[in-house]
Amino acid sequence: MILHVNNVTKNFGGVTAIKETSFSVERKEIFGLIGPNGAGKTTMFNIITGNYEPSSGEVIFRNEMIHGLKPHLIVRRGIARTFQNIRLFSSMSVLDNVLIGFDFQARYSFFEAISRFPRFIGEEKRIKKRAFEILDYFGMSAFAHAKAVDLSYGQQRKVEIARALATNPELLLLDEPAAGMNPSETEELGNIIKKAREDFDLTVLLIEHDMKFVNQLCDKVLVLDYGKTIFEGKPSDAIQDSEVISAYLGDFHHD
Amino acid sequence: MTVKKDQWINLSFVFGVIGFIGIANSFFDEYTIRILNNIAIFTILAVSYNLINGVTGQFSLEPNGFVAIGAYVTALLLVSPEAKQYQYAIVDPYPFVLSLHANFVVALVLSGFFATCLALVLSFPVFRVRGDYLAIVTLGFGFIIKIFAINYPEVTNGSLGLNDIPEFSNLYWTGGIAIIAVITVLNIVNSKFGRAMKAVRDDEDAAIAMGVNTFKAKTFAFCTSAFFEGVGGGLLAALLTSISPDLFDFFFTFQLLIIIVLGGLGSTTGAIVGTILVMGGSEWMRFLDEPMKFFGYTTPAMPGLRMVVFSLILIFIMLFAREGIMGKKELKDLFKGRKRSAK
Repeated sequence: MILHVNNVTKNFGGVTAIKETSFSVERKEIFGLIGPNGAGKTTMFNIITGNYEPSSGEVIFRNEMIHGLKPHLIVRRGIARTFQNIRLFSSMSVLDNVLIGFDFQARYSFFEAISRFPRFIGEEKRIKKRAFEILDYFGMSAFAHAKAVDLSYGQQRKVEIARALATNPELLLLDEPAAGMNPSETEELGNIIKKAREDFDLTVLLIEHDMKFVNQLCDKVLVLDYGKTIFEGKPSDAIQDSEVISAYLGDFHHD
Repeated sequence: MTVKKDQWINLSFVFGVIGFIGIANSFFDEYTIRILNNIAIFTILAVSYNLINGVTGQFSLEPNGFVAIGAYVTALLLVSPEAKQYQYAIVDPYPFVLSLHANFVVALVLSGFFATCLALVLSFPVFRVRGDYLAIVTLGFGFIIKIFAINYPEVTNGSLGLNDIPEFSNLYWTGGIAIIAVITVLNIVNSKFGRAMKAVRDDEDAAIAMGVNTFKAKTFAFCTSAFFEGVGGGLLAALLTSISPDLFDFFFTFQLLIIIVLGGLGSTTGAIVGTILVMGGSEWMRFLDEPMKFFGYTTPAMPGLRMVVFSLILIFIMLFAREGIMGKKELKDLFKGRKRSAK
């Protein structure tokens, strides 16, 4: 068990976005967080990444409580994320975007950078080499010096995942990775995620609306509706569950 | 290798500037050297101001405050105790003020140091929250420094200011420190610290999600700016030989803001180009204020026409180059572009 969300509740004023939700993600699992719009999925992401503090409950990552920690410190402990709407650094090259992920892993001080100390040169060489390795893995090293915003949508999504992997995470949170992609891009993305799980020893937690994608990819899903857990289990069982169907399509039965 | 090529471009540029300083110092007249000194000092200020405002994207209005601190620290350390004795006309200075004395290098370093310390104190409340608080806080800070300078005559000699500052600044000092400032800022920009600063400018949330300590990135940028603004203030004091609080009002910051926006926010090359255009251009256009001859007609002298024309040029540049002259490009990018089009 790598991540355990224990009885988490999040209130925004009088609105309860998440209510007493618990779930566990096993190591190297691909775990889907699904549910209709406004179900509290992205809120759950923001709690795990430290952007929100839970009103009650706890988040345990590798047997350590991480809720209440600063977001950038949670990243350094091994949780990386991508955003629902791709958020690359628009003025920077693809390479620089990935190098940002190595920011806290490059070991040189401010004054070593100013004086171009040998350690600065060595460390820069090391992280650049690793950045190119990651870009190569995604077949993007040809675009290393292109501006990130000039790429196609599918390529930008790859750069965003590459950038997240640069922080050397154990748990990768993907917020609607297939959104806005055509079927062939979606399929390619699914294969990349599966392959990356093996090659980078990753655990993946993803939010997705595309049920076909979820069905093919996820080992386990959690269905949220209005902040409550309504289903937890295999994705193939989820689409047959009556409560899940009624949450998505509305309740046809009046009794 | 591209890295090597970039280094050669920058290195040849540095040697070009050093050579130019040598030639200028021995052949140019005093007035031209004066303008070049101004350009060098404003290059230091613009390049460092650009680091917080352009590269890190934190809208700040601080330069006049830190330049004032630097100028006063340098002035207090350089004016000899004997000269101080008869300068303080409003009230008697504190005894420790009279005893302050140091050489030029120590004075400049201390100027930068004091400015950096104050910047550090300001960053803690300001950078913990997001938004344009920095602009408001630094604007207020500039006013406080000026009011402090006026209302604390025991140290600053009030609105009379400090005079008879030894004229230590020459083209070697101002140009040399300008080169150091440019190299330092470029080395910061081309390191993980510079990348973090740019990431904060582009998308602060995404930067945090990459494990970047955004507070640290902003503080480093702000403190580096403050250091060079303090040093630049010291150089300015030793160039002008007399300083008073009026010199450091908001217009000072405004001028630097024009320079970096004109040159291109976020581009160090742009900051230098902007400085040369604004500082050099506004001097060169002085002929507009004087009577002019057109086809035998003589127009009367029109004081102020210079600024009208200057403002028009600014408006046109901003209309046709929205991101400033250089945009976010640097010198090395220009060479890349030329090579590609030659193929």
